[in-house]
Amino acid sequence: MEILMAFVIGILFMSATYLMLSKSLLRIIVGTGLLSHGAHMLILTMGGLKTGSAPLLGENAPYTDPIPQALILTAIVISFGVTAFFLVLAYRAYQELGTDNMDRMRGTEGND
Amino acid sequence: MSLLHLAIISPFLLAILVPIAYKLFRQIHTGWFVLPLPILLFSYFISYLSITSNQQSVTKSFSWIPTLGIDFTAKVDGLGLLFALLITGIGALVVLYSIYYLDKNKEKLNTFYVYLLLFMGAMLGVVLSDNLIVLYTFWEFTSFSSFLLIGYWYHREKSRYGAQKSMIITVFGGLSMLGGIILLYLMTGTFSISEIIAQSDEIFSHALFVPALLCILLGAFTKSAQFPFHIWLPDAMEAPTPVSAYLHSATMVKAGIYLVARMSPVFAEHSLWLWLIAGFGITTLFWGSFSAVKQTDLKAILAFSTVSQLGMIMSLLGIGAAALHFETVEDSIFTVATTAAVFHLINHATFKGSLFMVAGIVDHETGTRDIRKLGGLMNFMPITFTLAIIGTFSMAGLPPFNGFLSKEMFFTGMVRVLEMDIFNLDTWGFLFPVLAWVASVFTFIYSMILVFKTFTGKFQPEQLEKKPHEAPIGMLISPIILASLVIIIGFFPNIISNTLISPAQAAIMPVEGYVYDTHIYFWHGFTPELFMTLGVITLGILLFVTLPKWRSVYNLFPEKLALNRFYDSMLEVSQRASFNLTKLYMNGFIRTYLVYIFSFFIVALAATLVLKDAFKFDTSEVATIHYAEVLLALVIAAASVSILFVKSRMTSIILLGAVGYTVSLFFVIFRAPDLALTQLVIETISVSLFLLAFYHLPKLRHEERMGFKMTNALISVGVGAIVTMIALSAHSNKMFPSIAKYYVENTYKEAAGKNMVNVILVDFRGFDTMFEITVLGIAALGIFAMIKLRLEGGKKNENK
Amino acid sequence: MKTNDIILQTATKVVLFLIILFSIHIFFAGHYTPGGGFVGGLLTSGAIVLLLLAFDMKTVSKILPVNYIHMIAVGLLFAIGTGAGALLFNVPFLTHAFGHVDLPILGDTSLHTATLFDLGVFLVVVGVTMTIIQTIGEDE
Repeated sequence: MEILMAFVIGILFMSATYLMLSKSLLRIIVGTGLLSHGAHMLILTMGGLKTGSAPLLGENAPYTDPIPQALILTAIVISFGVTAFFLVLAYRAYQELGTDNMDRMRGTEGND
Repeated sequence: MSLLHLAIISPFLLAILVPIAYKLFRQIHTGWFVLPLPILLFSYFISYLSITSNQQSVTKSFSWIPTLGIDFTAKVDGLGLLFALLITGIGALVVLYSIYYLDKNKEKLNTFYVYLLLFMGAMLGVVLSDNLIVLYTFWEFTSFSSFLLIGYWYHREKSRYGAQKSMIITVFGGLSMLGGIILLYLMTGTFSISEIIAQSDEIFSHALFVPALLCILLGAFTKSAQFPFHIWLPDAMEAPTPVSAYLHSATMVKAGIYLVARMSPVFAEHSLWLWLIAGFGITTLFWGSFSAVKQTDLKAILAFSTVSQLGMIMSLLGIGAAALHFETVEDSIFTVATTAAVFHLINHATFKGSLFMVAGIVDHETGTRDIRKLGGLMNFMPITFTLAIIGTFSMAGLPPFNGFLSKEMFFTGMVRVLEMDIFNLDTWGFLFPVLAWVASVFTFIYSMILVFKTFTGKFQPEQLEKKPHEAPIGMLISPIILASLVIIIGFFPNIISNTLISPAQAAIMPVEGYVYDTHIYFWHGFTPELFMTLGVITLGILLFVTLPKWRSVYNLFPEKLALNRFYDSMLEVSQRASFNLTKLYMNGFIRTYLVYIFSFFIVALAATLVLKDAFKFDTSEVATIHYAEVLLALVIAAASVSILFVKSRMTSIILLGAVGYTVSLFFVIFRAPDLALTQLVIETISVSLFLLAFYHLPKLRHEERMGFKMTNALISVGVGAIVTMIALSAHSNKMFPSIAKYYVENTYKEAAGKNMVNVILVDFRGFDTMFEITVLGIAALGIFAMIKLRLEGGKKNENK
Repeated sequence: MKTNDIILQTATKVVLFLIILFSIHIFFAGHYTPGGGFVGGLLTSGAIVLLLLAFDMKTVSKILPVNYIHMIAVGLLFAIGTGAGALLFNVPFLTHAFGHVDLPILGDTSLHTATLFDLGVFLVVVGVTMTIIQTIGEDE
């Protein structure tokens, strides 16, 4: 299972990287979304999969490691906040600049 | 923390209160709130005189970073106390003077006094710390506050230039000094000055001894404006005059001298120490006095004069180091140089401080400092004129003022060099008295220029911006006090000889069981020194009178000082080079940066995997696979890859959602109910958010070039492969046992919960959660601001 | 964006309460079974989003006249306040306490200061989600 997951994670990272390298702001945002999915799965896989029952006392011991889960829960919510921020940034940038092409957005020329 | 520590940091504490006082009492000059502190500190430090005049010291320690051996150890000995008294005493006078100099309605007094107090505290810290790291910290603080004070009138371009110049040069020296301090630490294993001094004999032959010596000296030379680093001091004159009087004549520039004096017991045995300090000192003395003569700005003359006087004190300290090479300290024949250094340090603070204040008064009352426009002010400002006479005559070394005494001692010290037979001084030593004498002639000339060009001669009212009149009494008090000191010390030098000078000397050249005893005499008999002084006066008067005839000598030198030009071009070149270098890789395309990041990611991780032999593929402990799970994995893979190829926005959102929902199914399979729930709900909200925002965004376009796509594909495949390998190795290498056991055991006992994940979030690792929701809140506020604030900005644009 | 979708609106009226009740349940149950402030908050905001979809922005803000930014602040205060409260009892920041109390109707109830902390999380999550959606929505 872990080996299968390792490849799934690899594919998620690959697609995310490809999307983030593209010129369209939209695709970059979708890319970050995929990247966070990949990272979450990576954390979970590192801890070992299916090692026990759900980490709720009262279930049968042994339990699955609760720490990666707690980490991921935090990460999910944070990545939601970041994605939302990013989306609004893209939306506002498009409104102001009239483009979502990263090449045309670069601003060093005027700021020197 | 003792009262002594409190005294050192009290200026910082007051600096916090100053802006409040400024806001609350706008009608009262903020200086009045500041003035009590230096007076109080001065009287506090006076109380230490009873201890130090016995050539003893007081040490109070306060633990700061004990693991690194850094303690805030405050040590009051003769040398430290002398400086502390100068800092607080002159500080009080300068604050008083500034109250009348700076207009409370025109200037931003709060910032001025905050900077001044910062400086005062930093300077006290420098001279009273026994720990080198603490000393260094305060040292940089003085550079920093000096920068702020020089740039106080920051709307003037010259102020900014001067501030930057002083900052660059002194901080450069400071960093080198830090290097020296670290070298000393490597040799001795301690940052404490007293302990380093105790080990000075052992480190003498150490390989790092000479580099440490050079580094420390570089710090001292830059701070004390020694040739060729003196170029920052004249530009620092852009600061308000009280600042020049305080920082750039009496205190900060003497920090370098303090450092040399303080480190003398460590390094003085080395011939390099003597030659470098004495050599640079005497060169600075000559060059400073020579350059001062051609200046036309009162403050520029004073600046070069300060440079030259600093060189003089420096050279005396260098020569004084020779005394350590002779068995008997009692023989004052060689210690006289050190005595002269300390004595002149005090005298210079008194007469130069008063002269700066006089220059400030002239500037304030006439509107100019250009001696070509000034003249004949004697009748309008008789008191200022008297003060100027006292100050300049003392500077020129004329009796009966204190400058005469120290100048005589200076000559004595230099003449004694001829009798030394160490370090090749018998061959090249004759240069010292010669240069000293020539420099003194120039000192005499510029002193005369300063006073006579300003106060006598033809009065030119049409050149002046204001109608000159005598300064208000408040402005005169401080220079009057200083000028009286000039006279009092001139007539009764022995009141300070055994209270201030000898204790300081004991700290510079400590000898076990020996008590220094200094007596200063007016009359030495017909010694070479006397004839040197007479020669200076005769030739000085002659040259001063004939100045217009030989002034053209200065035209032989390039118009602009070569050193300044070198500094400017260096600055320009380094600025341009760093700009070009940055432009090479910071091209403004976010994709380029991402390519850097991802390539580094691939290279660094691949290298680590290879070098550490970390890649491991172990299938012994893998979990079972159900065919449904393979199906889910395929769904994720297919969905994420097809996002790359779709054209429609809607499809890509739906595909992203599909990945998210499948991930939450995986969470179910992997026994993570909390995660599954959260992921499910978040995915729903995210998708609606995407839909909302995408509604406004343009259609997806396809990337144009094939090469572009190929690079992207290459990098992304690399990242994917590396991450896969890491995931595999991370599973196969179990280096530490899991810490999960603790949580399993304690969830109910400690937190009375049964859902471990939730208990970890709210209880065991509550801090994480707290900051996490803070981050969320910030993100929401950011979004809110991005959308709402624009409305107002948009209106503004319409108005344009 | 005026919609006139009677089926959605009617269904929302029923489902809304179910979701909100469920979210409150999940919030309180979080200490023992899956759930907690995050999920609870997200579910509640999901319910409000549903309301937004069924009706329009104005109607919803009439029904729920809440300033969501204030809600974030209150939530953060709850979380930090619960943590800081521990300092009053001379224990480290964020130490929680718990105990069993006999309440009139509910009977023997386990009370826990972690719930207050989680309530802070709940409020922040609802506040943040709704701030985001509301501001984007209002901008149309």
